[in-house]
Amino acid sequence: MAQLFTKDTQAIFWNNNASAIQRMLDYDYTIKRATPSVAAIVAPTADSKFQKFFWGPDEIMVPLYKNTAEAKAAHPNADVLLNFASLRTAYDVTTEALEIGGFRVIMITAEGIPERLARKMNQAARDAGVIVIGPATVGGISPGAFKIANVGGTIENIVNSKLHRSGSCGLVTRSGGLFNELSNIIAINADGIAEGVAIGGDRFVGSVFIDNLLRMQDNPDVKYMILLGEVGGTEEYKVIEAVKSGQITKPIIAWCIGTIAKHYSSGVQFGHAGASANAERETAEAKNKAMAEAGIYVPETFNDLPAKIAEVYGKLKAEGVIGEIAEPEMNTVPKVRRSKQFICTISDDRGDEATYAGFPISSVALPSTGKGIGDVVSLLWFKKQYPKWATDFIETVIKTVADHGPAVSGAHNAKVTARAGKSVVEALVTGLLTIGPRFGGAIDGAAEHFKYADDNGLTPAEFLNHMKKLGIPIPGIGHRIKSLKNPDLRVKGLMDYAAECFPATPLLDYARTVEALTTSKKENLILNVDGTIGILMVDMWRALGYSEEEINEFISSGTLNAFFIVGRSIGFIGHILDEKRLAMPMYRHPMDDILYDVKMAEKI
Amino acid sequence: MAQKAIREYDAKSILAKHWDKYFPNFTYAYETVLVQNGSELKEAATEKAWLNEKTLVAKPDMLFGKRGKNGLVLFRDAKPGDVKLDKAASWIDEKSSSKQEVFFAFEGDTPTGNASVDYLTHFIVEPFTPHEQAEEYYISATVVGDDDVLYMSAEGGMEVEENWDKVTEVSFKITESEDEIAAKIKANVPADVAEKDKAAFAEFAIGFFKAYRELNFAYLEINPFVMQGSKIELLDMVAKLDDTAGFLMAEAWGDVEYPTAFGMEEKSPEVLAIEEADSKTGASLKLTLLKPDARIWTMVAGGGASVVYADTIADLAGIEDLANYGEYSGGPTTGETKFYAETLLDLMTREKDAQGREKILIIGGAIANFTDVAATFTGIIQAFENYAEKMKNVGVKIYVRRGGPNYEKGLKDIKEAADRLGLWIDVYGPETHVTDIVRMAVEA
Repeated sequence: MAQLFTKDTQAIFWNNNASAIQRMLDYDYTIKRATPSVAAIVAPTADSKFQKFFWGPDEIMVPLYKNTAEAKAAHPNADVLLNFASLRTAYDVTTEALEIGGFRVIMITAEGIPERLARKMNQAARDAGVIVIGPATVGGISPGAFKIANVGGTIENIVNSKLHRSGSCGLVTRSGGLFNELSNIIAINADGIAEGVAIGGDRFVGSVFIDNLLRMQDNPDVKYMILLGEVGGTEEYKVIEAVKSGQITKPIIAWCIGTIAKHYSSGVQFGHAGASANAERETAEAKNKAMAEAGIYVPETFNDLPAKIAEVYGKLKAEGVIGEIAEPEMNTVPKVRRSKQFICTISDDRGDEATYAGFPISSVALPSTGKGIGDVVSLLWFKKQYPKWATDFIETVIKTVADHGPAVSGAHNAKVTARAGKSVVEALVTGLLTIGPRFGGAIDGAAEHFKYADDNGLTPAEFLNHMKKLGIPIPGIGHRIKSLKNPDLRVKGLMDYAAECFPATPLLDYARTVEALTTSKKENLILNVDGTIGILMVDMWRALGYSEEEINEFISSGTLNAFFIVGRSIGFIGHILDEKRLAMPMYRHPMDDILYDVKMAEKI
Repeated sequence: MAQKAIREYDAKSILAKHWDKYFPNFTYAYETVLVQNGSELKEAATEKAWLNEKTLVAKPDMLFGKRGKNGLVLFRDAKPGDVKLDKAASWIDEKSSSKQEVFFAFEGDTPTGNASVDYLTHFIVEPFTPHEQAEEYYISATVVGDDDVLYMSAEGGMEVEENWDKVTEVSFKITESEDEIAAKIKANVPADVAEKDKAAFAEFAIGFFKAYRELNFAYLEINPFVMQGSKIELLDMVAKLDDTAGFLMAEAWGDVEYPTAFGMEEKSPEVLAIEEADSKTGASLKLTLLKPDARIWTMVAGGGASVVYADTIADLAGIEDLANYGEYSGGPTTGETKFYAETLLDLMTREKDAQGREKILIIGGAIANFTDVAATFTGIIQAFENYAEKMKNVGVKIYVRRGGPNYEKGLKDIKEAADRLGLWIDVYGPETHVTDIVRMAVEA
């Protein structure tokens, strides 16, 4: 690809450098990119999964990952890595990214990476065909397409320096500070840049002047190049060779800074670590002279550089090589923005009609749509459109758990509260508050423990042993009266449905082998309705393509209990309405049903 | 600067510390001491018996070579190899008592160029090692371009520059494996090495090159080393470390110092204070004093910009007018910037210009990427407030040019402050070419 970056280029940003990322997103918004240029952030120590950033006046969330591999797996199209790790870890981060693969450009900002490590890293990248920008750089930019981190500085400066849209100059500098300055000079004296890279100030950098200039030679947007070199090293001579050999035919304007170094014999380090002349031909003067001799445009002094740029640009314009550049429309980033206190990712009531995960309510609510409550749950709880077999299963679960008579603790609570004269919602809440590890919690527990056993390849006997060690009865196993001979028809129905409609039921299959073992010990130790629901939910999510980690998260966040809560609310409300209809008086528990065993408190 | 020269004594100490890892089949006695005067040497002799028992060689250990040609290697009293402890101690005291002339370049035995004159402060003392010329070898390694290069010769102790044809040069890609490297070294043992010694030489060279790489030397030279069977003597060493690897090598290098080159002016307290401040911040603060009585002082933000300002001053005003070189960058805090500015203002307001002209302060910088210009300028303004009277006494004209985040406020603030304090100031933003204030100042 002749262009370093396009308007579709996306990056993974290693290290949550919020201000640099915000500057990239402000740039994206200004130039009207469709997608943010930062697809993901690698933040090894972050606990959250997203970070909010401004997108113009609004906010967007950029996902956070613990490591590069996860970020890359989730965002395979992000082929630029912006490595903002410290000098101690930058090498490891780059090396790992090269092993993961799929990165086209890796930019490294750290200054002072051990030289031997920098050389290894740069060579490995070169061998892999990956362009390294840096180390010790501010980065690069393809104006109007993609900007790395802090390049160009503030958004005001970017627009002033015409970095918001492509011009006709290809710019390569060593210094990051002067990159900005050169962009400004080029904007004032010509029409801005088409692509620019600051290669970095360390002695060993990945891509050098010639690598970048050769790419720009092939980039049709670049009509001429500006090279700002430095005292020290011999990289400029490779450019001279390429000009002499005709490999580079586009005009180059060049200057090496550090002409002052000749006045001081030794000991004064001017500029970067890479900037130290070890021989006459490495001095800025010698390089400037050699470049001029090769036909490169070299000004008299740095102070004359603007005039030289104006001259070459004027010439190319007169020759018709460079045409007029249309000024594109831009968005304006608001000066004052306020971060939002709340985030909503499931529904939106701002349009004509409120939506559930993007679907207008009428498109899922009306009978004619054929959608049921399972579809609504899949949209609002999981932000996905589940297939019919899954939404039917969800509805079956909700219907199955709706009620289990007045004696269970939740229904009893609801009835007692209703008889105390409280409202539907108050009575309902007292009922719901009993739902937890002992009531209704078997769904969560069964999913969690059976999945653990299955994930870890435990045999049924090992699983039983494991639960014994934990000191808890196996959730989802056992019924007061039902047994293999006298099966629970709710369970049977769910299993039959799964057998018919689920693509596969690996966890249920496993649970059945456990049940075979438990019922051989005691015949009422069957897989009960809670266990069956929990286990089949896991199988449903597996069949829908969720990762094991995502399923574990559903379990640990209490999603399974949520099905029970929704379903059983129907039953509780039924009991409450029943009490209201019957107009039953305040309940008082009979004293003869209470064992009083009160002793005089001892003094301590 | 990433590559830093270390003392011969430290180079030997580092190799000795890892000797068994890199040279398991060779022995090195590591009989060497670093002293600053004769009494330190005698003190060392109470612990190191060899200093009393053996005859000695003494020479300065201060980063410069050609010590023999400069007459600064003590190895004879009446005849070669008869130097005893007392003689070495008195010689060291004699050589360190007055400034010595040292030439860095010779043509034959005739010095060329100017001598550096300074005190000798550090001496390395070792046993005199009788050996045959044929037992002396040369070996060194460094980076050339992108590759490591190993230089080997059967001729040790020579002037390498003058005998380049006797040196075998082998270069290695950074990616080459241990086995590839070893095979290449074995295949390239200099032809002049005696047949019976070739295997041992190759083994030593492989260990040497591995130590050079793994211990993050930027340059490592032994000229000569003496090989007598499995016994090795390191007669003369030169080494530079890649100090960016310091965080990896703290243990491996041990306590190593980076001395100032012989003849270089000692760093002034102000420069040391800036270095100290630099080491404590993530930002960058650098200061070099070039000519403290000169007229033009620079306080420039950014490594690249600081160079173009210095270039332009040299071009337009001349090098004799440039007092300092330095830069502040990487988003220093207001306090750090104030400290940096006060250090400069203090230096430039000590004396009036000898020719009675006004002094010039260039507060320059390119368009910053992320440094908050207003915040750093607040630090400079605070420094102005403390030094305004002194600046007016000496007569200082201030030229400012800067861009970047918050630059409008920064420029407005500094202009207002200077006006309020009665200081002469001219202020420019990104619309003015970065170094054009130098032209304005010089032409004014």
